[in-house]
Amino acid sequence: MAMAIRVCLLLLVFLSSAIVSFSLYEDQVGLMDWHQRYIGKVKHAVFHTQKTGRKRVIVSTEENVVASLDLRHGEIFWRHVLGTKDAIDGVDIALGKYVITLSSQGSMLRAWNLPDGQMVWETSLHSAQSSKSLLSVPINLKADKDYPILVFGGGYLHAVSAIDGEVLWKKDFTAEGFEVQRVLQPPESSVIYVLGFLHSSEAVVYQIDSKTGEVVAQKSMVFPGGFSGEISSVSSDKVVVLDSTRSILVTIGFLDGDISFHKTPISDLVEDSGNAEILSPLLSDMLAVKVSKRTMFVRVGGEGKLEVVDSLSDETAMSDSLPVADDQVAFASVHHEGSKIHLMVKLVDDLDTVLLRESIQMDQHRGRVHKVFINNYIKTDRSNGFRALIVMEDHSLLLLQQGAIVWSREEGLASVTDVTTAELPVEKDGVSVAKVEHTLVDWLKGHVLKLKGSLLLASPEDVAAIQEMRMQSSGRSKLTRDHNGFRKLFIALTRAGKLFALHTGDGRIVWSMLLNSPSKSEACERPSGISLYQWQVPHHHAMDENPSVLVVGRCGSDSSAPGVLSLVDVYTGKEISSSDIGHSVVQVMPLPFTDSTEQRLHLIADTEGHVHLYPKTSEALSIFQREFQNVYWYTVEGDDGIIRGHAMKSSCAGETADEYCFTTRELWTVVFPSESEKIISTLTRKPNEVVHTQAKVSTDQDVLYKYVSRNLLFVATVSPKGAGEIGSVTPEESALVVYLIDTITGRILHRLSHQGCQGPVHAVFSENWVVYHYFNLRAHKYEVTVVEIYDQSRAENKNVWKLVLGKHNLTAPISSYSRPEMFTKSQSYFFAQSVKTIAVTSTAKGITSKQLLIGTIGDQILALDKRFVDPRRTLNPSQAEKEEGIIPLTDSLPIIPQSYITHSLKVEGLRGIVTAPAKLESTTHVFAYGVDLFYTRLAPSKTYDSLTDDFSYALLLITIVALVAAIYITWVISEKRELSEKWR
Amino acid sequence: MAPILRSTSLLALLVFQISLFFFASTLPISSGSEDSYTITGRVRIPASTAIGHAAKFSNIKVVLNGGQNITFLRPDGYFTFHKVTAGTHLIEVYAMGFFFSPVRVDVSARHHGKVQATLTETRRSLTELVLEPLRADQYYEMREPFNVMAILKSPMGLMVGFMVVVVFLMPKLMENIDPEEMKRTQEELRNQGVPSLSSLLPASR
Repeated sequence: MAMAIRVCLLLLVFLSSAIVSFSLYEDQVGLMDWHQRYIGKVKHAVFHTQKTGRKRVIVSTEENVVASLDLRHGEIFWRHVLGTKDAIDGVDIALGKYVITLSSQGSMLRAWNLPDGQMVWETSLHSAQSSKSLLSVPINLKADKDYPILVFGGGYLHAVSAIDGEVLWKKDFTAEGFEVQRVLQPPESSVIYVLGFLHSSEAVVYQIDSKTGEVVAQKSMVFPGGFSGEISSVSSDKVVVLDSTRSILVTIGFLDGDISFHKTPISDLVEDSGNAEILSPLLSDMLAVKVSKRTMFVRVGGEGKLEVVDSLSDETAMSDSLPVADDQVAFASVHHEGSKIHLMVKLVDDLDTVLLRESIQMDQHRGRVHKVFINNYIKTDRSNGFRALIVMEDHSLLLLQQGAIVWSREEGLASVTDVTTAELPVEKDGVSVAKVEHTLVDWLKGHVLKLKGSLLLASPEDVAAIQEMRMQSSGRSKLTRDHNGFRKLFIALTRAGKLFALHTGDGRIVWSMLLNSPSKSEACERPSGISLYQWQVPHHHAMDENPSVLVVGRCGSDSSAPGVLSLVDVYTGKEISSSDIGHSVVQVMPLPFTDSTEQRLHLIADTEGHVHLYPKTSEALSIFQREFQNVYWYTVEGDDGIIRGHAMKSSCAGETADEYCFTTRELWTVVFPSESEKIISTLTRKPNEVVHTQAKVSTDQDVLYKYVSRNLLFVATVSPKGAGEIGSVTPEESALVVYLIDTITGRILHRLSHQGCQGPVHAVFSENWVVYHYFNLRAHKYEVTVVEIYDQSRAENKNVWKLVLGKHNLTAPISSYSRPEMFTKSQSYFFAQSVKTIAVTSTAKGITSKQLLIGTIGDQILALDKRFVDPRRTLNPSQAEKEEGIIPLTDSLPIIPQSYITHSLKVEGLRGIVTAPAKLESTTHVFAYGVDLFYTRLAPSKTYDSLTDDFSYALLLITIVALVAAIYITWVISEKRELSEKWR
Repeated sequence: MAPILRSTSLLALLVFQISLFFFASTLPISSGSEDSYTITGRVRIPASTAIGHAAKFSNIKVVLNGGQNITFLRPDGYFTFHKVTAGTHLIEVYAMGFFFSPVRVDVSARHHGKVQATLTETRRSLTELVLEPLRADQYYEMREPFNVMAILKSPMGLMVGFMVVVVFLMPKLMENIDPEEMKRTQEELRNQGVPSLSSLLPASR
């Protein structure tokens, strides 16, 4: 008996000490995870439809993505995500086979192969100053002639060969401070006209030989009023600009190098003159001017005379002009009317000729049209057909053709800024549960197939059948809660101010909602979302109410701009209420109190040092007043190197103040010496994290008590010199210092300095430990350090007798004011990759061991068991320590390819990882966002509390049948033998 | 093979260009270009290690200093970082299906941007900046092929095996024991009064 127990224990120890790494079979891909690929808000689009074969559109986006999209279905053929500092300025197609991108403020020119996206050449262009940049790719009429690509950026004009990227010549304009505005390459001419402004008051035209880069002629003319910089070319020898007061349109003609000005005040064109704005599209002989919300089309006459041809009252988006047949030029305009958008394609010469007029029903939550790109095709009856690619306010991309939306892409999801989770509705009685398995035969068949699959006996058809069955059977995309909490909603807020609810099962969008301004004022037409909070999560009381999230937004980009609060119902995606709060939003603090309807109390701090309580109800106020003395918070002033602690003082005084406004007092400040330390990272624990046990029992029956405090702040500082990039500093000059600060008292609990190290620091804080990643300049490697904090004052509570007799201080109240006696343990390891972000898994009860989720710069996510970053690791762990699961110390952390939770996928442009517990203790949801979205379910210690999907019921059945058969057979045999024995 | 380690100061390039465009007298000597160098290298993936993964150069990224610059490979596997200051830098290669060691690159100002490269994982210094994967990464577990032992080792298999042992081997064992000895032991046990399992369980009372 004792032996059996021992064997069992040994088995348990063996099982638990085996290093559990996340691993996946190839046929399990897509069972628990999903991956969505995006590109971001489109800035430029170039169609490539000339040749027969695949029709595509090349786009560049605000997420620094250059991509080739299938024009028929909107799928991505290829895409490249450039570096974060490598913003794309222009994109075009050269020679009919290369995609040319200009990036990094006109200093990097790359050519990509059009069919497969392979980079063909890359040229770094000289740049001396930051300036606007310009890409001019000649339209090749004769393919055999290599016209150079002209690039202006950083004060230089470069001519680059399109074939191999060689710089043919360059012209330096830095000395004069000349800003190139337009480059015109008249076809069949060897002279290039370069028009620009000198100190924005003098117009200069250079004529440059396109072969050598020599200046043939130069003319300049001073304009007394000065230019505003907005420019529109109307023909090959004329441009129109606005003067610096934005009230006069100036036509500049530079025919044959002679400059002439022609001024036309806007008040001559239209009565209500306001600040005018030239819309960027280039229309030949035509100009679009926006004056006080009206868009006017202005024709430019022969001598630079301007006349208004047409005007549109609505806000209108317009495309560039597009040459159609017979030397005609057309352009598209889109305007809104109610819930419809009207697309019109007109000829530039004759605005009355409408080539195309279409009305399309548009979802209200897409907002206004921001950009239009058009392309034409020849229909079967030889007439022109048009397709329009439109970019909406919510960043989505749609292709319109023949009065319908052919495809749409929710590109808003490429710029997720904040994520929270929400539960799905409970399954109501009477709602029929979808029948998963119909008959026993089907059920058995399915499991036999699965068994075959797991034994590698299945044919490819069987594998496909298994995959399909798995996708269907789990019912994973239902819109109700399940027992295990696997079905959930991820609510994502995007930069465009749109909320999306994504289903964890298949990643589909359950609902989406564009934030609206409550006041409809002109100043705040569309608030920008800042952050998301869980406002109401009914579980004990108010069960009949739907959960809701709080979206904090802001009217404008300035931090002192007034804030906007919006409450959104999670089940329906409808806005419950939205309000202008009349003060700015600096910091939002969810408090650990809820009112009787389970609405969470929130404090919002403004720029004036006041805090405001929400919701504004008397009940919330009474709850808050009870806890008035116990509310503390801190602010970090990163530029000055100061951390301040604050507490409540009294109600606001003043005529505008209401009873929900409070003043604060400063409790403490921590000032870092600005000459030697600069704050680069601060971090606290997640407020909703669950810690299962406070004590940690080590092998020698020793107990360590974790120092678990919600008020710990991790701060990392580096020497100001080391705040830059790697390679900009020597090891002697840089030091990294990390602090653990108590945010109630401002006491520095722990300080650890790393000489010769520098940032960037990526850290994760959970329970009683911090893990951070930084760069070690001496070893020239990345390092990961773990710091674990233990409570010294409870360390004496080891004696059982003390516990029995009650002579322990475990039940003594813990006060944040008391001076904590604590000690730390830390250890450092090398890590072989750059890191973008680190997160940690979180489970419902906190029992399951934790895994670090490391988002690498290669846009993969690595799951690393917390046991690898345990300061108790030693070189030669004793037998007891090994049994406890302590891994022998190595100098670097292992990168096991099977523990990439993203397996063979990439989350391009990875920015953040969010984890949320499922109801099943062993399981955690992981959601990663960047340009792409990725979701998976993780079980850091395997699913010890439930059978996996892979569990072979068939094998179990077969075993039982076999056992029953064996029992029967042996019974028969024994009967027979007994009989024969009796006969003997 | 062409020299891989090519790093030219932009000044040298400028001088070259001035000589080319001798008559274009407007070309000035740009300041601040003395400490700006170019790192050129090459990524090579041996065909033998490319199992299952199409070694497509179009999906490989080369990262300088943890994201300061990101560049891509040309069809021949070459990459270039422009405008790099003198000092010690870190180059990482990210290719799906392969693991590359980060490379420490020293760009010397004294020797006009001479580049020295060392693999940080293996501490091996490179004579030329040709980067090869340390290993090919397999992101999925391999399914074990059908195997009788695997079934026997599974909990169900163990159960069946145990049953077989009890059914067929236990009687044989019992046969081997001398019946008289058996009786004696049984009696001894009875005398000692060894508590049986049932009396240990509180529920049985």
